[in-house]
This record gives sequence, C-alpha cells and structure tokens, in this order.
Amino acid sequence: MAIDAATVRKVARLARIAEPEERIEALAQELNGIMTWIEQLAEVDTEGCEPLTSVVASGLPMREDVVTMGGDPARVTSNAPKSVGNFFVVPKVVE
Amino acid sequence: MSALTNLTLKAAVDGLAKGDFTSVELTKAHIEAIEAARGLNAYILETPEKALDMAAKSDARRAVGEAGPLEGAPLGVKDLFCTEGVRTTACSKILENFVPTYESTVTSQLWRDGAVMLGKLNLDQFAMGSSNETSYFGPVTNPWRAQGSTKALTPGGSSGGSAAAVAADLCLGATATDTGGSIRQPAAFTGTVGIKPTYGRCSRWGVVAFASSLDQAGPIAKTVEDAALLLTSMSGHDPKDSTSLDIPVPDFTQFVGKSVKGLKIGIPKEYRVDNMPAEIEKLWQDGIAWLKEAGCEIIDISLPHTKYALPAYYIVAPAEASSNLARYDGMRYGLREDGATLTEIYENTRAAGFGDEVKRRILIGTYVLSHGYYDAYYLKALKVRRRIAEDFDNAWTKCDAILTPTAPSAAFGLGENSNDPIAMYLNDVFTVTTNLAGLPGLSLPAGLDSNGLPLGLQIIGKPLDEATVFSVAGAVEKAANFSAKAEKWW
Repeated sequence: MAIDAATVRKVARLARIAEPEERIEALAQELNGIMTWIEQLAEVDTEGCEPLTSVVASGLPMREDVVTMGGDPARVTSNAPKSVGNFFVVPKVVE
Repeated sequence: MSALTNLTLKAAVDGLAKGDFTSVELTKAHIEAIEAARGLNAYILETPEKALDMAAKSDARRAVGEAGPLEGAPLGVKDLFCTEGVRTTACSKILENFVPTYESTVTSQLWRDGAVMLGKLNLDQFAMGSSNETSYFGPVTNPWRAQGSTKALTPGGSSGGSAAAVAADLCLGATATDTGGSIRQPAAFTGTVGIKPTYGRCSRWGVVAFASSLDQAGPIAKTVEDAALLLTSMSGHDPKDSTSLDIPVPDFTQFVGKSVKGLKIGIPKEYRVDNMPAEIEKLWQDGIAWLKEAGCEIIDISLPHTKYALPAYYIVAPAEASSNLARYDGMRYGLREDGATLTEIYENTRAAGFGDEVKRRILIGTYVLSHGYYDAYYLKALKVRRRIAEDFDNAWTKCDAILTPTAPSAAFGLGENSNDPIAMYLNDVFTVTTNLAGLPGLSLPAGLDSNGLPLGLQIIGKPLDEATVFSVAGAVEKAANFSAKAEKWW
C-alpha cells in the first residue's frame, strides 16, 4: 500500500495544495505512518454490513421551492479578496 | 469586582434577577478579567464594546420585565461560530480577515435568550487538533499547572480557548464544538464540564464545517447545571440544517439533581489503554462507587469495536474535511495568493492558508476518496462505523447510561506530542466513539491526580437521552464534590 513520493504529488495536486518538492518525502513518511495505523481496520469483519453514512435515521426534509433570501449582493461580496461593483473579480480562466 | 467572575452561570442569572448587580457590572468584571489574562491566549478577539452594549440592552430589557433564561450573562464564543459583523477565523490564516454577514443559529439562540458576547475564543485550526497547538494564533495555555511547576500545559483541543476561559473565570460559560472529543477532552483537562449532545440537537448552520456527519455544538461550563442551562438554549430545530432534529427540547436543568436510583450504568471493559495512569483507573472506580452509593446498578458491558473507532474516524473525518474545505479556493472570500494559472492560484492559496495539520488531513481525505482506494478505505471505515454503533445498540439492551474516563491522561505539556500525530490522535480514544455513533457524551471533573491536575469522567447516553446523562452527571458531581480551581498565576 505504501504511499510513495509520486502518490503524495498526485494527491496534493488533487487537493489543490502546493507542496514544495523538499516536503514530499517527509509527507510520504508521515502519511504512511498514519495509513499503516489505519490498516488495522482490515481485522474487522464487515461481511454483510451496511456502511453507516448518517446517524440521523430520518430522511432529508423537503421544503417549499421558494426564495427565502437574496437581493443583497453587497453582503455576498463583502468578504471577496477582489470585487468591483458587486461582482467577484476572478482570474482569467478562458485563454 | 473579581467575586462576580467567580460565580456560576446559575448563580449569576439568579443574582441578576434579584437585582444584586447589573449585567453591565457583571460584564465589566469579566472584561477586566480577560484583559488581565491575555497571557493565556484564550481569547483571540475581545469585543468589550459590543459586550457592554449588549449588557446595557439586557439591563434595559430586564427593567421592563422581558428577561430571557440567560438574561445578562456574559459568554465566550468559540471562533468556529460565525458572528455577524465580528471576525470569525476558525483560527486559520485562510479566514484571517473573514467577517460574516450572518449569525450562527446556536449563537443567535443564546442572544435571543439574553446572553452577552465577550469575544471569540481560540481553538485548533478548523477544530483539527487535541492541544490547541494547530491554531494560527498560537496555543492557549492551560490555567492549571502541576503542583510546584511553572511548565505550560495544554488546555486540550480543539475547544481549548473555551475550556481555558471557563476554567480561569473569563466567562460564565462558552460555546464549543465536538467532532471527535473537542468539547470533552478540553473540559477534562481544565476541570470544567462539557457536553456534546446527540447529533442533530444543535444546528450546525453558521458553524465552520469540519466533518459534517460528526460535528456537534455544545457548551463548556463550570457546573453540570450550567451546562444544562446553556444546552437548553443552544438546542432546537433549525430548517437551515437538514440534519437538525425536529423534536421538542426539554428544559435540561430539571434533570440535574434528579434521583438516579435504579438506573443501570454500563462499565465497558475496553475503555482501558496501555500506559493509562493508575490514577485514572482509580478515578473510574471512584465513579462506580459513587453511583452505586446513589442507588445505581453497575453492569459490566462490552463495546468490542472500541479500538477501531479512532482509525475509522481518521478516514471518515478527513474524507469529509477534504470535501468541506474544498470551498476555500480564494475566489469569493478568504485569502487569495498569486499564481501564473488558475490552478496555481488555488494551490498557492491553500498552501499558504492552511496549517500543517489541516493539510495533512485534507491529503489523507483526498487519498482515501481517490480512485482505487474508496472501497478499501472509505467504505470500509463506514462499515466499521456501523459496527461501533451496533456495539452501543447492544449495550442499551443492558444499561441506561455508560461511565468511562474522558481522556487517557491529564493535561500534558505544550509541545510534548506535537511531533507525533498518532500519539496526539490517541487523546480522543474514549470520546470519538460517541461521535461515530451520534450519542450524547458529557465530561465532568471528578478528581485531581497526584500533580494536582484535574481528571474527568465521561457519561454516555442513549440517543436523545441527555436527560439521563444530566441526572447521572449531577449525581457524580455531587459525590465527587470537586471544588478545586486553578491557582491564579497569570
């Protein structure tokens, strides 16, 4: 299972976290240590066991499909790193 | 005015009602105590002007006979709860300058009931940690010190600021959250009372998300009764949280002091770990004796999957965290770093904005959810989670509540475990099971170890049976008669 440097690079890329090359080897060791400890889960017999995704027994509640709030763009953009005239300013994504 | 800060929440609310003092006086006393205790680093943002404004309005409400159940009581708020117009950071760099334009449901209910906000309390970054050392604002120092020592100890985590502030009389009570033990372990380390209620009791709306299927809010307080008072106010259905339970909230204070005669208390044999100090085993035996004395029947039970709870948690929680924290992309709010491409901007923003432990958990979560590993890790962990819940289901056929130690040690030194993630994770070995199963769990101080540091006992209840938890906790509190306080050095 061992997590190697290539796996760390791949996962860091998937998670969109820049990890400097000098950190990769150390991270691989750290994550390996944790995953090796987690491996003990293999000992548990889970044959025929349904995964438990939620401890709340009831299903998702439904609500009326109506607008309950909105119309306040200044509030929505108030924490934006960059905004102009109630719009978010984002980097160019289309070449 | 220092005497006012020594009051319990209940005594303060009663004193306000009798007119012995005003909320402004009570609030001022706490503001002074906070200023004198900055060395503890419990508050990362003090809001004295807001506090005094809220206190004056509270006094005005009381004058016209409109007092709520927490009228005029100054509280601290863990900086994971969004507070309208007041910076909320989750103790991270990425949210260092985030000012919410809305109020979390839990805190809005406290203000609805008359409480006053003193400021925002320190925590482990995004609630990921057991010692408060992952906070971007630096760790909290525990007000407690070992006898004859000046060594700085951790208050526990993640709600370390909440626990330290309550222990040092810097508020009458505090909000906290618990994903794997983040209310109960700090409560145990600081001689305070903390309860994580049943999953769904408290709305998660407006609480910065860590692992949504495990996160629950709850109070840290000076006494069991104070915790009941706060939890009554914090609980209740909220349509804005789809997992919030639409069921009535009893007045939890009525169960504190109720007889526990005839209750069956389960003692799980698996709640012993290697190197657990003999004093904790002894405290557990004391708790058993106290409850026997109070008329409880003690039943040996088995929760056979206990040792697998932490490894399962360290798949489930990071998986959910990696998904939840994907929102921090530097576009709509929070930190934004530069980069040559959009992907580089994301990567640089998240690299600069998250601390090492947060990154570690996001990477683990991303790994266990990635192609080829999902079944082997994530699905397997969810199945083990089912086994842990089944352990409790079986236990409830034999007992009404469960008594365990809260943590496997007393408070340890800052820096002692910070280089060994697994040693740090083991702090939650006795608390994490109830998060996985969604059960209520309360920690209360029950004794001191030979170094004079507080130790906690945990009471676990059936789903939605906080009532029994409070009754049993009240009985243990009465018998333990714990009155020690951290000696003031700060």
